[in-house]
Amino acid sequence: MFDNFPLWPDRASSTAGNVDALYIFLLIVSGLMTLLIFTAVVYFAARYRRQHGVNAEQIDGSTPLELTWSIIPLAVFMVIFLWGAVVYFKGRTPPRDSTEVYVVAKQWMWKLEHAEGQREINELHVPVGRDVKLIMTSQDVIHSFYVPAFRMKQDVLPGRYTVAWFRATKPGTYHLFCAEYCGTQHSGMIGSIIVQEPAQYEAWMSGGTTGPLSATGEKIFAELGCVTCHRTDTQGRGPNLQGVFGKPVLLEDGRTLTADENYVRESILDPGAKVVKGFKPVMPTFQGLVSEEQLNALVAYVKSLSQPGAGGAKTAAAEPQPASSKPPAKGSQVNR
Amino acid sequence: MATPSGPQGERENYLNKHYGVGSWLLTTDHKRIALLYLISITFFFFIGGFFALLIRLELLTPAGDLVQADSYNKLFTMHGMVMVFFFLIPSIPAVLGNFLVPMMIGARDLAFPRINLLSWYLYIIGGVMMMHCMLTGGVDTGWTFYTPFSTAFTNTKIVEAGLAIFVAGFSSILTGLNFVVTIHRMRAPGMTWSRLPLFIWAHYATSIIQILGTPVIAITIVLVAVERTLHLGIFDPKLGGDPLLFQHLFWFYSHPAVYIMILPSMGIVSEIIACFSRKRIFGYSFVALSSIAIAVFGFLVWAHHMFVAGISVYAALIFSLLSYAVAVPSAVKVFNWTATLYKGSIRYDAPMLYAFGFLGLFTIGGLTGLFLACLGIDVHVTDTYFVVAHFHYIMVGGALMGYLGGMHFWWPKISGRLYPEGWARLAALIVFIGFNLTFFPQFILGYVGMPRRYYQYPQEFQVLNVLSTAGATVLGVGYLLPMIYFLWSMRYGKPAPDNPWNAAGLEWKTPSPPTTFNFEEEPVVTWEAYNYEEIDAHSDIRPDEEAPSVG
Repeated sequence: MFDNFPLWPDRASSTAGNVDALYIFLLIVSGLMTLLIFTAVVYFAARYRRQHGVNAEQIDGSTPLELTWSIIPLAVFMVIFLWGAVVYFKGRTPPRDSTEVYVVAKQWMWKLEHAEGQREINELHVPVGRDVKLIMTSQDVIHSFYVPAFRMKQDVLPGRYTVAWFRATKPGTYHLFCAEYCGTQHSGMIGSIIVQEPAQYEAWMSGGTTGPLSATGEKIFAELGCVTCHRTDTQGRGPNLQGVFGKPVLLEDGRTLTADENYVRESILDPGAKVVKGFKPVMPTFQGLVSEEQLNALVAYVKSLSQPGAGGAKTAAAEPQPASSKPPAKGSQVNR
Repeated sequence: MATPSGPQGERENYLNKHYGVGSWLLTTDHKRIALLYLISITFFFFIGGFFALLIRLELLTPAGDLVQADSYNKLFTMHGMVMVFFFLIPSIPAVLGNFLVPMMIGARDLAFPRINLLSWYLYIIGGVMMMHCMLTGGVDTGWTFYTPFSTAFTNTKIVEAGLAIFVAGFSSILTGLNFVVTIHRMRAPGMTWSRLPLFIWAHYATSIIQILGTPVIAITIVLVAVERTLHLGIFDPKLGGDPLLFQHLFWFYSHPAVYIMILPSMGIVSEIIACFSRKRIFGYSFVALSSIAIAVFGFLVWAHHMFVAGISVYAALIFSLLSYAVAVPSAVKVFNWTATLYKGSIRYDAPMLYAFGFLGLFTIGGLTGLFLACLGIDVHVTDTYFVVAHFHYIMVGGALMGYLGGMHFWWPKISGRLYPEGWARLAALIVFIGFNLTFFPQFILGYVGMPRRYYQYPQEFQVLNVLSTAGATVLGVGYLLPMIYFLWSMRYGKPAPDNPWNAAGLEWKTPSPPTTFNFEEEPVVTWEAYNYEEIDAHSDIRPDEEAPSVG
């Protein structure tokens, strides 16, 4: 019976419990409020129904009462606001050293690529207990990555990266929905998140792969000739990319920003937008020359150059952390 | 106080003064224009309702089997566009507001009668364009027109639908402008701001939103059309645009638009509760000013529709905080209405039943708004059926209940006839039950995780969807009933006395139906609003004896 009549969604992520607790608190608050108003309305309506010879008693109002029922709700609202903000902040801030998965949404499918190189369509395998960061973009319209069991949702936009994260806590298969209307087959743009025990996940991961995403990126980096300018010394026409990712960058116009996924992406597609101080805007755009998947690989490669002991994806094999720079090693990566 | 008015036609009034189609289509009488609007918006209400019926039928089963996916997408798009732009936004202001604003302040007409007629024609032109658009293919973007889907990825009639809304928008702006000028300039002697009925305060606040907000959606529509036809990069990232810019512009109007729908309804509820409790509204000035506060704060909360859209967490924090600020004046209103009942002398006529219904549904709609304004919860429930349920509780449960309550309350004045009270009470009950059965399951559906705008859905969501569809059929009956008995009463209803409810308010000092110029001579107001104490003290006929009997 309850298979067809669910009253509560599965609770399968570290965030889900926080959201549910807040939701229950709000249910209680609003339930009490509703009860208070309904009781008052029904009681007054019955108690003061019109009777012969009894006129209404005029009451003009009462400022103390008005203040009371403005300030008490406001105080309750502020509690809800603050609690909600705390839950939101936690849900929005990916922990450091999360495993990274690149997501490309398109009408009407989800393409997912693990940093380790495994590719999936409309399915995502993840292990229990690991922080997973999703770096998402869309090839066409706006989509939204929604996993009700994780209480997690993030719109996926064309032309930029949006980021979300989760830590699954319960093995099982959960719905992945597109939550932002995206055209004809919007309701068919669904998939599954398959949460596995670490051992099972490891077995799954050892399946066929073309090598880590950053290695793919390094290959593209060479093929497109990026290496000729972005050299590993100071003589290149473009900035040396070693250790750049995640660090502040001083721009030609005096601004400083942090080199994140969106900055790397923009610098590939629109190189003139934010030029690094000391360099000329000589780089051509790669808009239309690289696919979303290739872009992801390039971003993963640039990222890998900032891992401890960087120097390219190949050298990262010995690194215990983070996963994004690792080949699909067997065993070590799941022990967290 | 007994009225000498005989059957319709004996005494000259605004309905029988002139005959012929021309006398209606060229009228500048605000009451006749109100009736033109009444017919037009009722037409669109049933069109939109028909789409809703098809949507609910499709969702009866998990598989997509009644219509094609593309047809379904067009159905919910056109349901939204018709209901929002061609029913809800014009509903109360253009019908009851048009009819009552001049009468309530003791004026003979609105400040600009010809502009008033123009605004109806603009509405009709927009409506005809929308009908043409729907009949020749329709639109499939959702009423929200999100880019870049609307500008680059759909080949449906975006520009035509946009232009229809653009034109209808000017009708809304002109109505708002007319009301603001009328309320400022044409109040009868003695009708000070503090003596204005709360209906007028609500319409004043609404008009401000119409004037300030509607141009923004008009500009946004033009930008969409420009990007779509000329490929200028505004919203599409492929052309160098920003899709979030569209969402900011869209919600900058479309959130306040919700207050265009709900504020007038709140005004009606204030009038009804005062009359059927025989009391001045508790905290008159707080209720009046809360309308203005809602109108102002309403402009500062738009991005709460975008918490997962990719805005910064700090922006999200500010918009969440401001959303709670706008919730306070709404709560204040509910408390004041409830307090008005205290020690009242309460009757349960149909308008009052609708007002009770409004109180219940608006309370639930408002409280679930707290969930959506809460950042931590919104991430999970936004773009699910939780949102769908919430805004239907506000826009249908709130705005439409108020509208129906108002239609019943002022029907004797509008038509000169009494509606059948028993049927009306039954309809109010059916609407309340049908509404809750339709939309309450959708809150659960949303929290369980069913996204909105889904044509087919996983098996486990079926039971809740079946409940909702069952409720929708009940609701449909509830909406058809008033339509039938209002029409019936125009011919067979008992003639209405001038003031069947023994209500305060200048509009009741006119004959039923009123003459073209409302008042024989300009009234002079020497009393406060809702002076029910005086009315009941000096009335030789007890209010309960003068009530309309079941017809």
